[in-house]
Amino acid sequence: MSNPAGPAIIIETSGLTKTYQVGDVPVHALRGVNLEVRKGEFVAIIGASGSGKSTLFHVLGGLTAATSGTVRINGRELAGMTSAERTDLRKTAVGFVFQKYNLLPTLSAEDNIRIVQYIAHRTTVFDPAFQDVLRLLGIADRMKHKPRALSGGQQQRVAIARGIVNSPAILLADEPTGNLDSENSAAVLRVIKDLNRRLGQTILMITHDSDAAAYADRIVKMRDGCIV
Amino acid sequence: MLNKLIFANLGHRPVRTLLSVLAIAVEVTMILTLVGVSYGTLDGTADRARGVGADILFRPPGSSVIGLSSAPMSDKLPSVLMKEPHVTFAMGTMVQPLSGFDTINGLDLEEFRKLNGGFHFLQGGPPVSDDDVIVDEFYAQQKHLHVGDTIELINHTWKVSGIFQSGKLARICVKLPVLQVLTGNPGHISQVYIKVDDPGRAQEMVDALRLKYPGYQIYTMEYFTSLLSINSVGLLKNFIGVVIGIAVVVGFIVVFMAMYTAVLERTREIGILKAVGGSSGLILNILFRETLLLALLGSVLGIALTYGTQWLMKHVVMASLVQETVYGWWPIATGIAIVGALLGAIVPGVKAVKQDVTEALSYE
Repeated sequence: MSNPAGPAIIIETSGLTKTYQVGDVPVHALRGVNLEVRKGEFVAIIGASGSGKSTLFHVLGGLTAATSGTVRINGRELAGMTSAERTDLRKTAVGFVFQKYNLLPTLSAEDNIRIVQYIAHRTTVFDPAFQDVLRLLGIADRMKHKPRALSGGQQQRVAIARGIVNSPAILLADEPTGNLDSENSAAVLRVIKDLNRRLGQTILMITHDSDAAAYADRIVKMRDGCIV
Repeated sequence: MLNKLIFANLGHRPVRTLLSVLAIAVEVTMILTLVGVSYGTLDGTADRARGVGADILFRPPGSSVIGLSSAPMSDKLPSVLMKEPHVTFAMGTMVQPLSGFDTINGLDLEEFRKLNGGFHFLQGGPPVSDDDVIVDEFYAQQKHLHVGDTIELINHTWKVSGIFQSGKLARICVKLPVLQVLTGNPGHISQVYIKVDDPGRAQEMVDALRLKYPGYQIYTMEYFTSLLSINSVGLLKNFIGVVIGIAVVVGFIVVFMAMYTAVLERTREIGILKAVGGSSGLILNILFRETLLLALLGSVLGIALTYGTQWLMKHVVMASLVQETVYGWWPIATGIAIVGALLGAIVPGVKAVKQDVTEALSYE
C-alpha cells in the first residue's frame, strides 16, 4: 500500500471496525475502513451525521480503541495499545482541534497552549518559530486573555496553536468550523491550510461541510461506517 | 504550570473554595481548642499544685487525679501526719466543686503562709469575716471582680476581700471552717499537703506512708503533677481521640463533597487534559494538589481561629477552663486535616481517572 517514491505514510488503517453497544443493540460505527494519509497531506473526511467520521477521528486520535483491524499512526500500531500507551501517543504524535474548541476556561490562551507543552515534558517557553505561528494565526496579541474574552474564531485559533505546539505528526481536526460563522470559518480554514502549506503539517479534518472540505488536498467520503 | 492551573481552578469557584477552607478550618480549630483547653486546664492545675510548695500530697482512698468531690478525711489528720518522721509541716484543705471545672477551696491562711509564704495579694487582703472570699487575678479578671464586690457561690453570697497572684493552690479560697459548715462537712477535709525536711527523700516517705495508711492516694508532688497530663488522664485521651476521629470524618466529607462536585463540574476539562495527553497520574496530581492546598489554607485559618476561641474561652466561659496555645499540635492538627482531606479526594479522584475521554469531551 505504501508508495516508496512519495512521502511516508503517516496514517494507515486496514479493515478498521468499531462497534458500540447501545443497550442490547450493537451499533457498527466503522465497518472496515481502509485509509492512508501521507506526511504533509491535508485530507478532509466528509460525510453526513452518523457516517462514522467522528468515530474514525476518535480511533485515529487514540481516544478510543478500535474493535478490530489495524491502525498505524506515525509507524506505531494502535491495536493492542494500553490506555497509558494511547495517552502517550496523544501526548507526542497527535494534535487535536475540536468543534467546541475545548479550551480550559480557567487558563489564559497562552497557558492553554503551555499546559500541553508541560504535559509533554517540553519547555513552556514559546520559541521564535512558534511565535511566528501565533502571528500567522492572528492571536499573538490575545495570549493573555481567557477563553471567555475571545471570539469563537480566536478560541479556535488558540486551539489550533495548542494542537500543533508540540509539533505532532498529525493534526486531527473535528468539525473545526462547526461552531463558527462563515467569516470566521473561512479565516480558520485559511489558517489550517496555511499551516499545512508553510509548515508541512499533516492534517486530517473531519467535516460535514463540503465548502470546508474544499480547502483540503484530498477529500475522502464516508457513509455508513465505510469509505466510499 | 500545574500550580497555576490549580490556583486558577480554586479561584474559579471562590465560594466553594471558601466554604471548603472554612470547614477544614473549623475541623482544625475544633482539635486545637480541645487540646488547648485540656493542656491549659491540666497545666494550670499542675502549676497551682506546685505553687503550694508541698512535697507530698495525701488524698482519700478512691480519689481521682483530676478532682475531689467530697471531704471524707478528718481535719485532725494533718496534726497526726505532722508526727511522722521527717514531716515538717502538714496542712489540710477542703475542695468543693463548683460548676464546670471551678472549685472553691477552704483553707487556714496562716497555715498556708507557713507552708509557702502565703498568697501575694494584688488588691485587698486575706478574708476577715466568714463571708469573705479571695480570688486569683485570673478569676477576678474573667468575672470582672474587684475588692468589695460580691459573688454568689454554693448558694452563699461572698464579699471579695482580696485578689491574689495566680499560681498557688486554687483560684477561689475561703476560710476552711466556713466551707466545712456550708457544705455539711464540719471537721472534714479533702486532702493534705505535706512538707518534709528533705525533698529528695519524698518518694521514700511516700512509700512509708502508703504502708502505714493503706488505700490512701499518696504521691510525691512531682509525680502528682506529672499525672496531670493528657496521656495520664485516660478519659480525656479517649475524648480527644473521639474528637479527632470526628474531625477527620468532617474533613473527609467536606473535601469529598467539594471534590466530587468539582470533578463533575470539570468533566469536560478533565476530558480535555486527557485528550491532549494528560495521564491518570496528572489528573490525580491536580486533584490531590488542590486538596492539599485546601487543607493547608484551612489549617492556617483554623490556627488563626483558635485565637478567637481562646478569646471566647477567656471572656465567656468559666474561669478554670484555660485554653493554651499548644504549638506542638499545630502540625499534628494540620496533618489530621490533610489526611482527612486526601481521604475525601480519593473517590472523586478515581472517578476522574476512570472518565472516558470521548464521553467527557461531549459532557455539557
